[in-house]
Amino acid sequence: MSLLELRGVTAGYGQFTALWDVSLSVAAGEAVAVVGPNGAGKTTLLRVISGLIAPRAGGLAFDGAALGGKPAYEIVAHGVAHVPEGRRIFPVLTVSDNLKMGAYLPAARRRFAESLERVYALFPVLAERRAQRAGSLSGGEQQMLAIGRALMSRPKLILLDEPSMGLAPVMVLRVFDLIRRIREEGYTILVVEQNVRQVLKLVDRAYLLEVGRIKMEGRAAELGEQDFVRKAYVGL
Amino acid sequence: MTPGRALGLALAALLAAGPFLPLGGMKEYGLHVMVQIFIWSFIGGAWSLMGRFRLVSLGHGAFLGLGAYATTLLWNSWGLTPWLGGVLAVLLTAVVAVIVAYPCSRFQVVGHYFALVTLAVGEVVRLLIIAERNWTGGSLGVSLRPAGRDSLVAMQFADKRVFYYAAFVLWLLGLWVWARVDRSMARSAMEAIGEDETAAASVGIHITRFKIGITVLSASLTAVGGVAYAQYISYVNPDTLAGIGVSLRIVFAVVLGGMYSLLGATVGTALTIALGEYLRIVFGLRFIGMAETIYGLLLIVFIIFLPSGIYGSLRDLVQRLRSAPARAEA
Repeated sequence: MSLLELRGVTAGYGQFTALWDVSLSVAAGEAVAVVGPNGAGKTTLLRVISGLIAPRAGGLAFDGAALGGKPAYEIVAHGVAHVPEGRRIFPVLTVSDNLKMGAYLPAARRRFAESLERVYALFPVLAERRAQRAGSLSGGEQQMLAIGRALMSRPKLILLDEPSMGLAPVMVLRVFDLIRRIREEGYTILVVEQNVRQVLKLVDRAYLLEVGRIKMEGRAAELGEQDFVRKAYVGL
Repeated sequence: MTPGRALGLALAALLAAGPFLPLGGMKEYGLHVMVQIFIWSFIGGAWSLMGRFRLVSLGHGAFLGLGAYATTLLWNSWGLTPWLGGVLAVLLTAVVAVIVAYPCSRFQVVGHYFALVTLAVGEVVRLLIIAERNWTGGSLGVSLRPAGRDSLVAMQFADKRVFYYAAFVLWLLGLWVWARVDRSMARSAMEAIGEDETAAASVGIHITRFKIGITVLSASLTAVGGVAYAQYISYVNPDTLAGIGVSLRIVFAVVLGGMYSLLGATVGTALTIALGEYLRIVFGLRFIGMAETIYGLLLIVFIIFLPSGIYGSLRDLVQRLRSAPARAEA
């Protein structure tokens, strides 16, 4: 029984179609990656799942509920947390206020103190900087804050959009390390990445998305071994 | 009791006793200026409910005009008491606010684009008032039909003190609403939306609902201000109550005082009105336009050097001075 199930999802912006007939599933406890080049539709895929854009066709089921076309605030309430591309923290708010906003919905607000403790334990640097403006954090710290904010909503599924984007190489490794730790805590993760080599080490399964269509699917280890993928994306 | 609260209470007591202070021949004029400050501070506060969340409206004149004109015309044509007319006017304004806010929120019209949309709305209302001159009086405006005597039903009083107290209560009410919003969860939600809509949506904030809600609240209060102003001046005119002139005047006063603090709108409004009156008296009929020039220059200086406004900057300074010794001890 999969936690997230997409069936034949087609979506786009205005006249432009970014996703064609995409089907994908994520089981509870699994970590899944969607990889592919720039403009493949990876971000659009996550935006559809989290309700930021409505699919034109196809079905979206999460935890037994049909959520296709539902608005974002409803989907978040069902337990999907989206860490958007480019981090998208609230720069003027302090670190702790950013985390507070993550627990915005009533169900999450009730368990605020407990969630906050867990996030600070995962990311001690956020605890150190809790009173700072989020905009003054480094890129890597902002990414941690964005992930921490997502965890505050007590999600069943975390959507990560290009967590390594725009980070220094050292920071990239640290962020992937942190995602691995979140994984070990039992969270279900769907991650979209261009850094194929790193992300394949992290996940169980992966999908290859190209110009809006799923081109390949498989166990992460097997996919990494395919000549075509290695040449095109892993750079080996 | 903190010194700040004591000062506030003392000030409120002084304001409450205002009409009974011996001010000699200047009394009527003083009361008039105070009523203006109360009403425009209330309107400025209503504007800042949106402005502080980066919903910068340059068309609040539209809501002001709708409130003022609807009540005045209902009274003049059908003798409907402004109490009831005011309620209808506020409802009408709320509907218009939804019509403006819904598409803006739905299609993510934010920032400068939102300001431009509201600017257009303000002008549309002004032009409509001018165009429909058969029943609005056009650009000449319209006078409130006199009730002939002091009348609570008609909201008309010869004694300025009645208006003074009414405006005082209205102002306090505005501060109360502002403080309620400031302490609510809606404030965090609106701040998040103002900073980044995508991020706000991704933590589960219902963006459209909050944006429409705050716009309706702000517009409705502004309409109430319009009703109060029309009843006090007993004359409405499209240029003083709708369109870009008055809309910008509201914005400038609030920006000057500081839109992120409770008393910012009041301080800004009091200063702009006092400055306007002072310059008018000093220059009189000499150097026509000099008063406006000085006013404009001062505004530019303030906006550049004190972005959180006079009151906001002063408050920050006091807070910093207060926390400095505390840090030194620690």
